[in-house]
Amino acid sequence: MALQSCVNIKKEWDIVGARQMGRDIAREMGFGTVDQARIATAISELARNIYLYAGSGKVCFEKIDTIEKRGMCMIATDAGPGIVDIGQVMEDGFTTSSGLGAGLPGVRRLMDEFDIKSAKNVGTEIKAIKWLR
Amino acid sequence: MRIPILKLHNYLLISIQTEIDDNTAIQFQEDLLSKIHQSGSSGVVIDLTSVEIIDSFIAKVLGDVVTMSDLMGAKVVLTGIQPAVAMTLIDLGIHLQNVPTALNLEQGLSRLHQELGE
Repeated sequence: MALQSCVNIKKEWDIVGARQMGRDIAREMGFGTVDQARIATAISELARNIYLYAGSGKVCFEKIDTIEKRGMCMIATDAGPGIVDIGQVMEDGFTTSSGLGAGLPGVRRLMDEFDIKSAKNVGTEIKAIKWLR
Repeated sequence: MRIPILKLHNYLLISIQTEIDDNTAIQFQEDLLSKIHQSGSSGVVIDLTSVEIIDSFIAKVLGDVVTMSDLMGAKVVLTGIQPAVAMTLIDLGIHLQNVPTALNLEQGLSRLHQELGE
């Protein structure tokens, strides 16, 4: 596991900062333009969730470089209210804000692996990986 | 940051060249509607050739501005959506079904000509 880079999400503009950094890392790693767009969009969705629901948090990136597989991992963490019903937020069309409800199910489709941990009043951690093909 | 809106005869032309954050998108929505009102334009082309990312929020703002302009009586066409952006939007589950689109600015303008019968 290589070095981690993180972006703190505190203000709205940090959403743009996070997706730019993620896109740069993806490009450096050799992801094609479509996967770069998928990764950047997924980051944008995760960062916006942090900003909207938790107020602040961070998005970190890790390069995964093993003999079998190479890929990019993103971890979005916040100490916000947490998600009570994870099953519900993973349903297409569910939203508590003014978005399109594309949020988390969309992120899962954009990435190859997706894992979510959340506890009420403790916070949420979402980990997603895109593998280099 | 504000997105420039250019007037050309009866039309308004917008080319989005910068990374759009949420505030810029909302500001653009307001600016475009007041520009339509002021200028009495009947057609609008929003060119997205240089846009590399459209996430669910930006997609919602764009979809809404098309519907809002329609309510006011102006037709909006989105042009130049890149392949990577189209694929990402579908992955996200965003279909923008009632939004008129065209491959590029030129075809967007001809589409407006046809639809508005000018």
